[in-house]
Parts: sequence; structure tokens; C-alpha cells
Amino acid sequence: MNLLAVIRVAIRALLRNHLRSFLTALGIIIGVAAVIAMVSIGEGAKSRVEQSFAAMGTNLLVVRSGSSQMGGARGGFGSQPTLTWDDLKAIQTELSSVKYAAPELRGSQPLISEEQNWTTRVAGVTPDYLLLRNWRIASGSGLPEDPDSNAKVVVLGKTVVEKLFGAYSDPVGQIVRIRNVPFEVAGVLEAKGQSPMGDDYDDTALVPVRAYAEKLQGGLKKFIAGTIYVSSATGVPTSKAESDLNNLLRDRHRIRVGGEDDFNVRNLAEIASAQEESTKTLTTLLAAIAAVSLLVGGIGVMNIMLVSVTERTREIGVRMAVGARPRDILLQFLVEALVLALIGGLTGVVLGVTIAQQLSSSFGWPLLIRVDVVLLSVAVSAAVGVVFGLYPARKASQLDPIEALRYE
Amino acid sequence: MALIELREVTREYHMGDVEVRALRGVTLDIEAGEFVAIMGTSGSGKSTLMNTLGCLDRPTSGHYRLDGREVSTLGRDELAEIRNRTLGFVFQNFNLLARTSALENVELPLLYAGVPAAERHARAAAALERVGLGKRLDHTPSQLSGGQQQRVAIARALVGEPRVILADEPTGNLDSATSVEVMALLQALGRAGITVILVTHELDIAEYAARNIVMKDGQVISDIRREPVLAEVPA
Ligand SMILES: Nc1ncnc2c1ncn2[C@@H]1O[C@H](COP(=O)(O)OP(=O)(O)OP(=O)(O)O)[C@@H](O)[C@H]1O
Ligand SMILES: [Mg+2]
Repeated sequence: MNLLAVIRVAIRALLRNHLRSFLTALGIIIGVAAVIAMVSIGEGAKSRVEQSFAAMGTNLLVVRSGSSQMGGARGGFGSQPTLTWDDLKAIQTELSSVKYAAPELRGSQPLISEEQNWTTRVAGVTPDYLLLRNWRIASGSGLPEDPDSNAKVVVLGKTVVEKLFGAYSDPVGQIVRIRNVPFEVAGVLEAKGQSPMGDDYDDTALVPVRAYAEKLQGGLKKFIAGTIYVSSATGVPTSKAESDLNNLLRDRHRIRVGGEDDFNVRNLAEIASAQEESTKTLTTLLAAIAAVSLLVGGIGVMNIMLVSVTERTREIGVRMAVGARPRDILLQFLVEALVLALIGGLTGVVLGVTIAQQLSSSFGWPLLIRVDVVLLSVAVSAAVGVVFGLYPARKASQLDPIEALRYE
Repeated sequence: MALIELREVTREYHMGDVEVRALRGVTLDIEAGEFVAIMGTSGSGKSTLMNTLGCLDRPTSGHYRLDGREVSTLGRDELAEIRNRTLGFVFQNFNLLARTSALENVELPLLYAGVPAAERHARAAAALERVGLGKRLDHTPSQLSGGQQQRVAIARALVGEPRVILADEPTGNLDSATSVEVMALLQALGRAGITVILVTHELDIAEYAARNIVMKDGQVISDIRREPVLAEVPA
């Protein structure tokens, strides 16, 4: 008896009891659909997190000055300027594990255009800073290429443009007054959206760091009254750049072994990977819950196959009488369970993908169907069919033909 | 050498402590082409004998040679193959697959013989034609009368071109007119060279057979050859 004929017989047997077959398959359908939808939700959430970290800039180290100490009160990081412009130069030139290092002087400043005013975070930065933080210029020429330039130009974030000039305007070439100092708008930043912490990235304005220090901070001094952003060189782990950075700064600040750092380095890559780890755990958890429902579906298949074997005892006897070998009977019931589970699995894939599509469009994240998960869940449903079909099928094949024929 | 040779065949059933001896040493030869009716009181072992002859059951002791081959020691797969190629069954209660067309029912033995689909359909249709149901191929058992169902069952038994057809009370569920039709069919098969062995309770049915074997308490008590009555179907 060839396999094609067996499959045809199985499908016909399933169709003969189509409502029951459908209800049995439903367990598998729901299981597979749940697995696919859940994994897709997890992946969507993950890509959301990844996107916002990518916007922040990955492989980032943030270096801040140390804390001041007045009597017994310690001021917290950044309260006592300890990082110098020379430190920055040294980081840029002496460390091979560092790709970019850029200063950021930052403060909340009032901006005034011809019609409107808006207070926002203004940052004095260098062109490297834009590379570090994944800022791209949407229009205009951007900041001058010379990091030491003190040109009075400003690059505006999208939110600031909206607040000062209106939604669809192009302010390049216009004048914006920051603390009454006129700056020419030299560009608009590409929109980034929200930070992982929920802040609006686009509510910002960037000016050359020297212009910031001189015009907005009251003159360039020895110390950097701000932060240094550092990215590790390609292929170098951020932790390596971090330790190099620590050693360099301790050396330059003449801190003895055992002495406390007068600066602070934070590793943003670590935070990002921790976040990603937690979404991955979420995905696994969701998938595990869904997998349990697939298992329950498998038990449903076994249950129905057992009922079916009992009901069709006479049929089995007839088949044996006309020459079916035990293995023919075994194969028939096994294929029946397999076909049932596979049809359930494939229907589940369609349902799962549809659900994932609905969810992704309503949450507004990309539709992420993992092909491996789809293939795996189809394979698992087939395996469920075989595993849970095996016992009933064996039972059927071991029947005694005479007793089976006599069964009422 | 006879087609069927039984030598001191016994069959015992154990039901707890009780031992039922359904066959107590049956020795019997049936030649190819014979038309045999087995009779006897209820419980005399007729069905047990038929099951043994039909390779559905194995004797507890003794020998059974079918077409020269010792079959009493064969395994399940080999017995299945013999049932498929050499034997055909007709049952009292027809035993057709429900909700399955006559054609598919008749195809069943060919399916297990591995006959390709097209040939299967053709042979099954021809077999149904032979039993006079050429116009009922698509009917399911519930759409057929008892006599028609039994004819489908006969078509199923003969479609694999067996050497022997075994019928355990084939007319047991039929009225007398329909019984004659069925007997006429079986006689036609006999004339075509197929060995027919049937069990019956009815004397008039046994008269259609050329040989009557009577059983009692698991033994053959009489075995006579006679001139059979010809089953004539009123036109
Ligand atoms: N599976 C079994 N288990 C136990 N005893 C059995 C079994 N099958 C048959 N027997 C016993 O064997 C004996 C012969 O049974 P068998 O069915 O061969 O009789 P029979 O001649 O066909 O009777 P009937 O005319 O009523 O069909 C009976 O006593 C019966 O009870
Ligand atoms: Mg009987």
C-alpha cells in the first residue's frame, strides 16, 4: 500500500467526521497561532528597544567629572570639574581602543525666533558628537567641520523647529537668538523619537562647542564644564575601551593605586544589552506559555485518536481480513494523526501571522515573523501528531482480527 | 495434494480456569474448485473452523497446509498476505465500511495488495459488474438493500482473484429469495473455478453445495458429497 493511498484514506477518514476533526485540530491551531503571535510580539518589543538604543548610540561610554567635597557634603558626579580639554585630546589621540571622543556642554537655554520662543536643551558639541550619537542632518550643512570652530551657528532638533517656526517649515539660514546671542540655523536634525527613558530626543539644539563655551558659558576655561562621550573602536569591546579610559585618566590625574577616581565612566552598551536581555526573557516566557497550549493540543489529538480507534474497531477488523498487515493499520492511524496535526499546524501559522499582523499595526512596530519559529512550530505540530498518534495507532494495529470483526 | 489439508487441528480457548475446546482434532481435505457447506448446531465450532481456514486464527495444534504451504506457524504479516492474495471473506453481517462507496469497499483488498489506483478502480468496477451492481458504484452501504450489500461484499471477496472464498452464514441476514440470489452468485464463482466454503444453518442452502460437512462438538461427524441443486433466480 503506497503512501499516497494511505494519505488519501486518512484525509477521507478525517473528512467523514469533519466537525470532530476540526475541533481536534483547533487545539493545535490555537497552540501554533499562539506561539507565532507571542514570538512576534516579543520580537517587536525587542526591535523597539533596539531602535531606541541605536538612536541613543551604541558602544557609548559617558565620562563625567568627579564630585566636589565641601566639608562633609559631597556634590555628586559633575559637580567638581576635573576633566580638562587636554584630557579630551589625550583620549582622542592616545587610545587605540577609542574611535570617537567628543565633548558635550549642555544647558537649558531660551531660544527666540522672529515669532516664537522655546526653552530647550542646547548642547555645545563637535562634529564627532553627531557620529557618536547617531545624529543625522536632515537639511542644511550642519556644524562646521573644524572641532575648534566658534562660529555662531546652530543645528535644531525637529521639535524645536516645530516650536519656533511651525511644523513644515525649513528654518535653514534664519537667525535664532540663544540668550540673546544671534545664531544662524545651519541645519535640522533627522528625527529620532523617544529615548529608552521616554524623553524626546528631538527637543534639542546643537552648537559648536567653542561657541557654547564662549558665548553661553562665559568663556573657555581649562576644565570641561560638561561631559565627554566616547565610543569604542570597531571590533573592540566597550569594556576594553572603558578600562583603557580609566587607566589613562587615573594616570593623567595622578591618582595613586587605591585612590578614588575623580571622574566617572558609564557604559551605555551594558545598559542596552541588559534591556535586550530582559525582552529576550519575555519572548522566551511567552513562547513557553504558548508551547504548553500546543502540548495540550497534542493530548487532544491522542484523545480523539483513541476514541476513533475504538469506534472503528470493526473497520480495522475488516481491513485486516482483506489483507491489511499490522503495519498498514499502524501507518493509517499515524498518518491520520499526522495529517490532522499538520493541517492544524498550517492553519495555526496562517492564524498566528494574521494575529501578529494585527498586533504590529496596532502597536506600531514592524511585523517580525521569525521563519525559524514558523518552521519549528509546524515541525513540532507534526511531531505532536506522530508522538500522540503513535499509542492509539499501535493499539489499533495490535487488535486481533477476529475480535475486531466481532466488536459491536 | 489437496488445496486445503487439515490434520488433527485443535483450537482451545482459555477463559480463566475454564478451557473451551472449540475444535477437537479436525482432519479434512478440500480440493480446488469444490463447493462445500459446513453445518452443525450452534457452538459446534463452525466459525472457529472458518477462522482457521481463513488464516484469521491459528490452530492450537495440528497442521494446516494451504496450497501446499504450512500456514499454522506463520506470522501476522504473512497471514495477512495470504488473506489478501489467496482468500476472500463474506460475512453474515456484510461488514462493509460505512459511509464508503461500494466501489471503494471493493477496492479495499487491492489497496493492500499495492495495485495502482487506475487499475484498482477498473477491477473493482468489473467485480461489481460481475455481481450485478454495475450501476451502484457510488452507493454507500446505507443506500443499498441487504442483498445488494452482500453482493458488494462478494465483489470485495472476489476482486483479488482468490483461490478460496469463505462465507460464514452469508445468507443468515437475508430473506429466502435474496438468499437464492446470493447462492446463485456463489455457484457461478464455483463454476469459474473458485473454491467456495460456506457455513449455514439452513438445509435448503446446504443443498446448493456439492459437499456437506456436519460438525458437532468441535469434530466432523459427517462428510458427504451430493449432486447440488442449481440456484435459479426467477427472471
Ligand atoms: N474467543 C473465544 N473465546 C472463548 N471461547 C470461544 C471463543 N470463540 C468461540 N468460542 C467457543 O468455541 C465454541 C465454538 O464456537 P463457534 O463460534 O466456532 O461456534 P459456531 O459453530 O460458529 O456457532 P454458531 O452456529 O452459533 O455460530 C463455542 O463453545 C464458543 O463458546
Ligand atoms: Mg458461527
